Amino acid sequence: MNETVLIILAGAVLTYLTRIGGDIVLSRFDNIHPRVEAGLNAVPAAVLTTLVAPAIMNGGVPELAAMFVAGLVSLRAGLMTMFSAGAAVLIALRYLLG
Amino acid sequence: MSDHVKTEFWQGFRHGLPVAVTALPFAVLFGTLAVENGLSVGEAVLMSAVVFAGASQMVGIELFGQHIAPWMIVFSIFAVNFRHVLYSAAVGRHTRHWTLWQKAVGFFFLVDPQYAETERKAASGARVGFVWYLGVAIPLYILWVACGWLGAEFGRLIPDTYALGLDYLLPIYFLGMVLDFRKRPLWTPVVLTSGVASSIAYAYVGSPWHVSIGAAAGILLAAMLAPAGAKPAAAREEA
Repeated sequence: MNETVLIILAGAVLTYLTRIGGDIVLSRFDNIHPRVEAGLNAVPAAVLTTLVAPAIMNGGVPELAAMFVAGLVSLRAGLMTMFSAGAAVLIALRYLLG
Repeated sequence: MSDHVKTEFWQGFRHGLPVAVTALPFAVLFGTLAVENGLSVGEAVLMSAVVFAGASQMVGIELFGQHIAPWMIVFSIFAVNFRHVLYSAAVGRHTRHWTLWQKAVGFFFLVDPQYAETERKAASGARVGFVWYLGVAIPLYILWVACGWLGAEFGRLIPDTYALGLDYLLPIYFLGMVLDFRKRPLWTPVVLTSGVASSIAYAYVGSPWHVSIGAAAGILLAAMLAPAGAKPAAAREEA
């Protein structure tokens, strides 16, 4: 096996451990403390925000406009609609400004 | 299979398929970028099949192209995926009735959209069945691996990935998911805190640490702001 395959397999094992680990560790507790539960409820928004922030920091006009429009659309429509709207703005502005 | 089991599977499938379709551009993009960064088609497909985590796969192939120490690449994949520990703990509250084997298999598929769909199902008051869960997971998994392969095999035929905005679709998708959770308690302070903390970490510590640092800041804030006495039972309400 070459090094690349070993890296991929090691990454896969560690990823699997993260997916099974939270349940194995937390299922040992009968009562989840309210602060822990509040923390858990904050997980998705907190993590996903960190994936958006650098993209906004590094974005130019087409990227920021796409984010803005997608954000507006998402207040009224579903994920696929907002996603398509953002992509359309991005492609159009990159074409016009690029 | 009994009719009941089939019905439950197809109910999950109907939730999973649209999400899987949304993820298709990213699967194709991953395959394309993986081959451009020196992976073989087989290695790219293997990575989609065994790691099965989009953002970490993207980070991984970016580092493959830079001749970084192997353990650093493995650790970066781990860092990006560390949030799954928290998904696992959260979903585990709804899967107490699963057998050990069901858990061992089911948690392999616990990616971001799988987590979101499972929380949404639990928030609706319904029982999170293993068959329903697999119904969501299977279209996601098959399309993710298959389209990763397509991207690796045919990605070079895409004339100009920049013009198509392929590099920026992922952040737009993540923004949509952030906004999808906006009805949760403490959403605004959590998002502001994580946003600011991850921006600072991105500028001064570097990627991929901004993910762990930014997320930890928002989660800690939520834990601190939570009323310590009362159990926030309504906290699972979904957007």
